[in-house]
Amino acid sequence: MTAKLTKRLLGVLAIVIAVFWVFPVYWMVNSSLLPNVTLQSFVPTFIPFGGSLDNFTAALSDGSFFAALGMSVSITLVVVLFCLVFAFLAAVAISRFRFRGRKSFVIAVLVVQMLPAEGLFIAQYKMVSSVGLLDSVIGPSVIYTAAVVPFTIWMLRGFVAGIPADLEEAGMMDGLSRFGAFMRITFPLLAPGLVASGVYAFLQAWNEFTVALVLLPSEANQTLPLWLRGFVQASATRETDWGQVMAASTLVAVPVIVFFLLVQGRLTSGLVSGAVKG
Amino acid sequence: MSTSTAKQTSSLTFKRRKLRAPYLLLIPAVGILVIGMGYPLVWQIVTSMQEFGLQQQFGKPAPFVLFDNYIELATKASLWVVVGKSILFCLVTAVVTLAVGLALALLMNAVSKGPRLVLQVALLLAWSMPVVAAMTVWIWLFDRRRGAINYLLDAIPGVDMNRFDWLENPLTFFAVASIIVIWMSVPFVAFSAYAGLTQVSEEVMEAAQLDGANGWQRFWGIILPMIRPVIAIVFLLQIIWDLRVFTQITMLQDAGSKSSEFDLLGTYIYKLGTKAQDFGMASAVSILVLAITIILSWFYIRSLLKEDES
Repeated sequence: MTAKLTKRLLGVLAIVIAVFWVFPVYWMVNSSLLPNVTLQSFVPTFIPFGGSLDNFTAALSDGSFFAALGMSVSITLVVVLFCLVFAFLAAVAISRFRFRGRKSFVIAVLVVQMLPAEGLFIAQYKMVSSVGLLDSVIGPSVIYTAAVVPFTIWMLRGFVAGIPADLEEAGMMDGLSRFGAFMRITFPLLAPGLVASGVYAFLQAWNEFTVALVLLPSEANQTLPLWLRGFVQASATRETDWGQVMAASTLVAVPVIVFFLLVQGRLTSGLVSGAVKG
Repeated sequence: MSTSTAKQTSSLTFKRRKLRAPYLLLIPAVGILVIGMGYPLVWQIVTSMQEFGLQQQFGKPAPFVLFDNYIELATKASLWVVVGKSILFCLVTAVVTLAVGLALALLMNAVSKGPRLVLQVALLLAWSMPVVAAMTVWIWLFDRRRGAINYLLDAIPGVDMNRFDWLENPLTFFAVASIIVIWMSVPFVAFSAYAGLTQVSEEVMEAAQLDGANGWQRFWGIILPMIRPVIAIVFLLQIIWDLRVFTQITMLQDAGSKSSEFDLLGTYIYKLGTKAQDFGMASAVSILVLAITIILSWFYIRSLLKEDES
């Protein structure tokens, strides 16, 4: 009886914690729907009755959102595409072949994956500015691809290794070329891995702030995170329109939340799989 | 291995082509890594040994000073204050994240399906928030005049938090930063630890219970040793990730003050590079950050390598 009661109470506790944890996300959406007059009152409004989409219209009105969206989408597409191709080829190399230098390459990949943007961004800024590519799509794309490729290789390596080479050989016995066997048999089996890695690259490129800040100095070429930061920066000099800031934040966050929920499981297992299996 | 049948039938040229195949496959990845990471890294190592200030920006050749920048750094009190603050911030944040994440994992394990699902969805939503959006929301929540946090705290009888400015004083500034980072990082820890917990066998737990072990004993004696590998890796990752909080600190400084008291390593380097235009020193500090990260990562990298070999 008491065990059952404890379980009940713990269940209530779990729900209370859940409410606290989700509160900031809720607050973002809630504030985004409320008019500024309501937000300026001393007593916060906890449920957006009578809310409207006015803040969204306002945030979108001056066109800077669409410029930033264009920049973010271009960079993200380039990064996802190149990342997948490069990482896929490298993953095939390290999971299908044993060759001299393989271990050094794997170590290099793992080390690079840990390097923080803060440790290299000044040098990357100098490099990109010396070739005149500040404020371009190419600059951040190159740096992001280099930063994301290692973990993508690591993720795909697991998928490629999980597909038995025997399957391919069976295809070759039946008259397919090695390349044909690979494309017809292995590649379709890899699709989930490619989707997961692609979403990972998307999230990294879409959310990145540090490198974008130094490589995209002019306001006309901002990505969405920099555009969003502009609202907070502006608050230093004038009254902040928090409804609008929250609407802008919601716009930036929604695609990320959707994609993240799609691949969450694979990301966790990619980072700690060895340890979980113990 | 996959090559066995091919080997028997292959001619010499085919063999040679096969030997070359892995290297060809690696060319694009290695190429992009050399351009995006390798070259900047080499430039940074070279520059950290040069005097590279404002004059060099305008074309004056940079004289080599070997380790002068490092020596200057080592004797610079302001750097050690920043290093100390960064390490303290990172350790406190990582330890609290680990403790809370572990507690939530145990909670998920103890409750029935309904509440567990609610908690998991809440954690996933927090986890998926983009850093910059999370920062704007938290800055709004901690807003001095109309923030929900001051309002709620003020509503507690006897607490006066009306118009309390969290970002004014370094201690509360970093406490806010830490709370935000913890909020964002706990879900990963909780889910990883929970994944580990589900591997702990029911029978062992029941046997321990029959033998009279209480909840606390079962936690320390069975659960913790069994999930220790996950905990070790997750903790290490948290420490490494909590050293890179440039985005969070920069945005809190946007909302508060840019004064150097509020700097951690990331913003310190950024200001050296952009404001002071001292690339020699900025590079030297960057190398320090990279060195700390690689030393801390080594254990993690080794564990991944072991996985690769198996």
